[in-house]
Order: sequence, then C-alpha cells, then structure tokens
Amino acid sequence: MSSLAQSQLRETFELNIGPQHPATHGVLRIKVVMDGEYIDRAEPILGYIHRMHEKMGENRTWNQFWPNMGRLDYLSAMAYNHCYAGLMERAAGIEVPERAEYIRVITAELNRIQSHLLGFGAYIMDLGGFTPLMYAMDEREQILDLLESVTGSRLTYCYFRFGGVYNDIDDDFITGTRAFLKRFRPQIPMYHKLVTGNAILMDRLIGVGPISADMCRKYGATGPVLRGSGVNYDIRRNEPYSVYPELDFDIPVYKECDSMARYMVRMDEMVQSCRIIENALNKLPEGPVMAEKVPKALKPPKGDYHYAVEAARGTFSMRTVSDGTNTSYRMRLRSPTYSNVSLFEEASRGMLLSDALAFLGSLDPVIPEMDR
Amino acid sequence: MNELIRLLSYMICLAAFLGLNLAYLGWVERKGAGHIQRRTGPKDVGPYGLLQPLADGLKLMSKQLIVPANADRPLYMCAPILTMVPAVLLFVAIPFGEHLVPREFSFGLLMMFAFASVGGMSILIGGWGSGNKYSLIAGARAVSQNVAYEIPMLITAITIVMITGSMDLNEIVRQQGGYIWNWNVFRLDKSILMPVSFLVFFICSLAETNRTPFDMGECEGELVAGYHTEYGGMGFGLFMMAEYANLVIGCSLTTVLFLGGWQSPIGIFPGPHWFLLKMYFLIWSFVWIRWTYPRTTFWGLLNLSWKYLIPFSLVNLLLTALFIKVF
Repeated sequence: MSSLAQSQLRETFELNIGPQHPATHGVLRIKVVMDGEYIDRAEPILGYIHRMHEKMGENRTWNQFWPNMGRLDYLSAMAYNHCYAGLMERAAGIEVPERAEYIRVITAELNRIQSHLLGFGAYIMDLGGFTPLMYAMDEREQILDLLESVTGSRLTYCYFRFGGVYNDIDDDFITGTRAFLKRFRPQIPMYHKLVTGNAILMDRLIGVGPISADMCRKYGATGPVLRGSGVNYDIRRNEPYSVYPELDFDIPVYKECDSMARYMVRMDEMVQSCRIIENALNKLPEGPVMAEKVPKALKPPKGDYHYAVEAARGTFSMRTVSDGTNTSYRMRLRSPTYSNVSLFEEASRGMLLSDALAFLGSLDPVIPEMDR
Repeated sequence: MNELIRLLSYMICLAAFLGLNLAYLGWVERKGAGHIQRRTGPKDVGPYGLLQPLADGLKLMSKQLIVPANADRPLYMCAPILTMVPAVLLFVAIPFGEHLVPREFSFGLLMMFAFASVGGMSILIGGWGSGNKYSLIAGARAVSQNVAYEIPMLITAITIVMITGSMDLNEIVRQQGGYIWNWNVFRLDKSILMPVSFLVFFICSLAETNRTPFDMGECEGELVAGYHTEYGGMGFGLFMMAEYANLVIGCSLTTVLFLGGWQSPIGIFPGPHWFLLKMYFLIWSFVWIRWTYPRTTFWGLLNLSWKYLIPFSLVNLLLTALFIKVF
C-alpha cells in the first residue's frame, strides 16, 4: 500500500467505473474509493446483464437449452457448447463418433484463437494502443468466416448436438483452415516484435498486478490467470476430455505472476492452439458426425452429473441434477471470469488507477459470462 | 494604410490556412490511422473522403449544447474558447518565409511559451468546470504534465537563444541559412548534444500537445474521454480543433528552432515551401507515433520529465554555455 494511502490525514472520493466505461468491456461496474490517484478499495458490482441462464436451464427441455450456450461467453462459445454436449453425453451415456470429437476440438480451438486475438487487441487498446486491435480483428475475421461456413453463425454458435455436431466439415473448411494457419503463424512473432517488445508496454505490464498462486487458489481463478501465476493447471491435461489426450500440445506456464505473464500465456496459447488444430486435421478420421439413435426428447437417468472444459478464460464446468424427465431439476454453471474478477478487489488495493485498469484488462473479463 | 491592408490580408490568409489545417489534419489523422491499421479510413463523403471534415463540422455545429447539471456554467462555457484563442493567436508570430511573417516580434519565442501555458490552464478549467470526477482527474493530470514538460522545453529553447542570441523567431531562422549542417539540430560546434536536445524538444512538444503516448488528459481507457468527457457539439469540436492548432504550433516551433524554418537544406530556393514541408513531416510523425505506441502511465510520464529530460536539458544548457564561452 502506498504511503499516501496509509497516512492519517486522507481525503478519499468515490469513483464509479462503469457500468458504461471503455475499460470494463461491457456492463461491469467497479465502485472505487480513490485516494488521489491511488485505489483505496475497489469493489466489482455484478449483475447488470444477469439473464438467469441457470434458471432457464431448469424450465426448458434439454434441447431447448442449447442456444443459451452460445450466449454466455460470446467470444469462446464453442467451448461452452462442448461442455454442455459432454455433460449430456455423460448423463445419457451417448457414444460420440470419433470424427465428431475431432471436429469439436478443431472448432473449439479455432474459437479459442479468435477469443485470445480479440483479448489481445482489446487489451492493448485499454493501454492506449489502438492499432493492434485492427490487426487482430483482421485475423479474427478469417476465423469467423471459416466457422460461419460450417456452423452458420459468426459469434453465438449453437453447433454441437448431443451425440455429435450439426454439420460435417467439408474440404473447403479444411483447406481454408490450413491456409489460415499458414497465414496466421508468422503473425504471432510479428506481434511480439511490434507490441510485446515495446518499451512502454513492457513498462506498463511487467510487475503490474501481481497475483500469487495462493490468491488464485483462494478465489478459484483459472485459465491464463492461474497459468500466469506459475500453476500448471489446464483441464485439457489435468482432467482430459474429448480427444485431447491423443493430440500433442504444451501448456504455457509463466511464473512471473504479473500482467505480462498473463498476456504471454494467451499469446503462447494461440501458438499451441495452432498446433492442436494442425494435429487434429492430420488425424481427422472418416465416419459419421452424429451418433445413431439419439432420442429427440432426451431423458437422462436420475443422477448428478458434472463436466468441465477449458474455455478461453479458464475452467468452465456444468453440473446438473436430472430427475429422469426431459428437463433439468437443477442446473449450475461455473464460469471462469466470475472467479477471475472476484480477486480484483483484493489484488487492486493500493494500486494506481491506470495500473488497476491495466490489471483488470489482463484478467480478460467477458461480462455476460460472468453475470450469466 | 498600406500596413492596414497588409495586416488585413495576413489575417484572412492566416484564418484560411488555420481553417484548412484544423479541418484537414483531422482527415489526415483518420486516413493515416486507417492505412496504418489495414483499413481505408474515411472514404464515403466526397472523393477519398475529402468532404468528411465538412460533414463532421456540420454535425458538430447542429448539435444541442448540453450543460451538465453540476457543471460550473461560466467556466464550462469559456474553457473551449480559452483553449482555442491562444492556439490561434500564436500563428501571428510564426515566420512562414523570410518576408512572410504576420508580425515580427523581437520576443516571439517568449510569446509562444507565454500563450502556450494558457492552453494548459484552459484544460484544467474545462476539467474543473465539467463537474465530473473523470474530467477533474484528467484536468489535474494535464496541468501537472504541462508544468513538468514546459521546463525542459523552456531550457532547451534557452539553449537555442544562447546560440543565436535572439528571441526573434525569424532571426533564429536567418542564422540557420546555408546548408543542412547549419541547422540548429546539426550544430555540433555549439553543443555536441544538439541532436539529442532536438529529441527532447520533440518529446516535450508531444507531451505539450497532449498526444499519445502522453495523452494523460484524454486517456480514454481510464478516464472515458478525460477533460472533454462532458462536452458535446461544438464545445468538443473546439477542443479537437485546438489540439490540432497546438499540433501545428508545436511542429512549427520545432521547425523554426531546430530544422531551419524556411531555409533550404541544399542552399538554394529558400522559402515557405521548405517550412511547410518540414512542418508537415513533423506533424505526420506525430500521427505515426500516435497510432503506433500505447500510452504511458501518468507516473511514468512525470518520471521521464523530472528524472531524465530536465537533468539532461540542464546539462545541455551548461555544456552550450561552456562551448560558447570557450570557442
């Protein structure tokens, strides 16, 4: 804490950052008690875009809940699709064809690259550099075009089905994806050269917003936030699902615990996602993309089911209690940003306002997912 | 009578020059940003989007002026005007060519700095008068930034005054005649640190004009839009225009002090075209920097000034004095 904040004679004022503010990426409101330029206390206030997704899950049939999966984290909706598909397949005991699982991984990883690209661009924009966003958007458009060609939507995907995927991928998609990878790979070193190595950026990120591994565990932070604090935890490796065990990729981990580490984890994850996609495209088997005999009105047996995936922002898991009917008895979603942002209050104490917002950006929050 | 006609024609020409610059620098910035960012920039209004500034101006002028409820009304209203006036006024002293000076002052340089400080004050007035916490923080930041960067800027300017022995801007330019190595930036015989002090002056004028990476007064990622958060319509328009006017002034001053003003680098055909060429090159580099670099923090900004620029410019001042005394 600053010596200023500790002094007895202090005059604080309240500042509302949000719900409409360029730095909060949506309708997050942070009530900040400021001591000059220092933050005395910052309290994130949630709920401005709460849509009761969990309650919706309880009064709709299993199939009717699908569109909600695209509207939680609108940047990496594919991982959320994957989680729901995995959950219900586990509950109802549906065998998924291998080709479908590969397609799921390919699309989910493309979606992860897209999400990290936007996270990267928007983060640098928070720091005042507008140009990288446009470059990132350019790459992102390519991915959106590819995904649109198979899923039919650009952002809020509803592509997976119980027992497979809605649509098989065609040769155009495969060649397009390969061409994209070829084009995208040299871009990342360019970003590092132009953006990461910039003296001003390094000055703003290195050492800013330290989060210890203990604090991450305390608040349940996952994803790049946790891996930027030196903890090697990734659901794709620690609790493998789908065909991830058959693909080779590394989990980038940085021990610096600062904003730069979190930024670097995201950048490296894009490279790893490229590896996964290439690997999966090479191994892509022939066959059907939907399991046979999946009932239209799914009625999983009574029980308590849980499934977790690694979304772009961390662990997303779903838990549902089925009473054997065609709707869920209880539905619970655990979204990563909610936990990641909850540590903001403790970590931002005594920070400068500009550092705190640089720190908030490094958590890469997506508000609709946090509020659910 | 002749003098009156001269002044009148200068006034009209300056107003035209200023108006054109203020309108089209915005266009240049947007077009430049577009090309730096893999997009086209404005292109729909007129050929190459050339009528965009007019459309923008029309839009801004037709907007209702809303005064926020807890604003300090007189301050709120006069701040945009107060930013604009000194910026426009300063064009009077700029020597565009040897005989193309609206008014030759023997203390032109002093006048420049005097009025430039008023511009800093008006940002504080705007920030304070808005009755918005973001604006207030931004205003306070902008003033401490202006204070911090005026010092190295002034000290560097004093170095030039010591070398040339004059505060008359036209006289300073006259002394840089001949070839490119006679420009102050390359006058290593006067002080070996001259190119670096040009850099110091350049950085300071970046900070003085509130441009990225030093745009602490605006800082849209933190302070929404800084001191002009609460301004709409032409109030905002005046702030924007004053920014560009200050940009032109800053670049003109750098050109005059360091790059030989209207003098030709090859010794032939000196004239206003050289001045404009150099000035627009500097302006373009400002645009370039703005769309390339992220923003520094407020603390980093003040540190840069107090810990590096001011000590350096002081050393440079002493060194120049020593050079002049010894040689």
